[in-house]
Amino acid sequence: MVGAGLVVIGVGIGIGRIGGSAMDAIARQPEATNKIQTAMLIAAALIEGIGFAALFAVS
Amino acid sequence: MRLKNFAKALILTALTTPVLASSSDTNHSDTDHNEHTVSDQNEAVDTKEEIKSYIMHHLEDTYHFGIWDKAGISFPLPVILFDEGLHVFSSSNFADDHGHHDGIAESNGKHYKIDHAKIYRTDAEGTINYNKPFDFSITKNVMMIIITGLLMLLLFRSLGKSYAANGGISKGVGRFMEPIVLYVRDDIARPNIGEKKYKKYLPFLLTIFFFVWFLNIFGLTPLGVNVTGNIAVTFALALLVFLFTNFTGTKDYWMHLFNPLGNAMPWYGKAVLYIILIPIEILGIFIKPFSLMIRLYANMQAGHIVLMSLVGLIYIFGNMMGGSLSFLLAFAISLIEVLVALLQAYIFTMLAALYFGFAAEEHEHHDEAHAH
Repeated sequence: MVGAGLVVIGVGIGIGRIGGSAMDAIARQPEATNKIQTAMLIAAALIEGIGFAALFAVS
Repeated sequence: MRLKNFAKALILTALTTPVLASSSDTNHSDTDHNEHTVSDQNEAVDTKEEIKSYIMHHLEDTYHFGIWDKAGISFPLPVILFDEGLHVFSSSNFADDHGHHDGIAESNGKHYKIDHAKIYRTDAEGTINYNKPFDFSITKNVMMIIITGLLMLLLFRSLGKSYAANGGISKGVGRFMEPIVLYVRDDIARPNIGEKKYKKYLPFLLTIFFFVWFLNIFGLTPLGVNVTGNIAVTFALALLVFLFTNFTGTKDYWMHLFNPLGNAMPWYGKAVLYIILIPIEILGIFIKPFSLMIRLYANMQAGHIVLMSLVGLIYIFGNMMGGSLSFLLAFAISLIEVLVALLQAYIFTMLAALYFGFAAEEHEHHDEAHAH
């Protein structure tokens, strides 16, 4: 259970960093918003997958 | 105008989900209110167990279409078994006097019983010997898949027809669907697969996008279905992506798998590296669709669990304050789930397009890179 919590904390930090960096990138280059968003979503989805794997391993 | 109506329908859907889900348990909250002085502790434990079993029951596939089981609003569905001959009977044969589906059904001299949402062969007294017949039943999930398929067929056939009839301008609900179709084409298929081959994959991508999206949205309605949160369904979707990727793979795709370094290294260097690299690449073929399967399944499953747990919190609190807080929270999560329903469909399609892009790659673009 504690391990799953740690993984979720890690996933939270990871997705937060992706979102934050994407914000920075969009602020710098608003014209590339679409491409940045796509890449952001893919990366977030991949990290999220690990989080779910951990949760399902526990339950 | 139509867009506005659609948004209204979405919000209404999100609103009614917790309302309907909660109304089926109202009699319990009444007992809680009356005697929450002495037996509070015992009641809380019972409520918790009941909520847990209710959620688990909701997540499972069933042999009858129960819209509101406790009020008796449910439809029987056909059970089709293959067990030394074909057995076809209605799922209402399983129902006992109280409307629970845990009775014994008899068909052509064989007896069956539902245990943990699966049909097992039993003897006349109902002793389960854990022999499973081949089960081709039209369950709730299968029913919903058929309905969604028919709905999509109707919707997009009429969209296609309206183009022909109207001189290239869509009409009716097609006006809402057209931008989404164009989005899938121009922002998912084209950039990921490439200008040359995207047309080959586009029908599959569009189908899978709308199929997953519609089923996700149906999961939020009071119908109480959980199709995309069923790992068998997502497995089938991921299997299709796997087959499409590997059967349309070009020579370059397979070269990339078995000879990723190309001419960048002499053979004795490659031999050492490839002992590690090639098994990883081969594993990658399977991990990609596997992650697709887990992602969609886990997201929808988790969404349903969170939503129903929040509704269940109302009965654990058992007072105005906690109840209204849980309701507001459940409402907010419902709205987020509407977004997640679209997002998961998008991500599934996006990643499928990405994998198709790998399969369709051809190495001419190396020359282009040199030219730049």
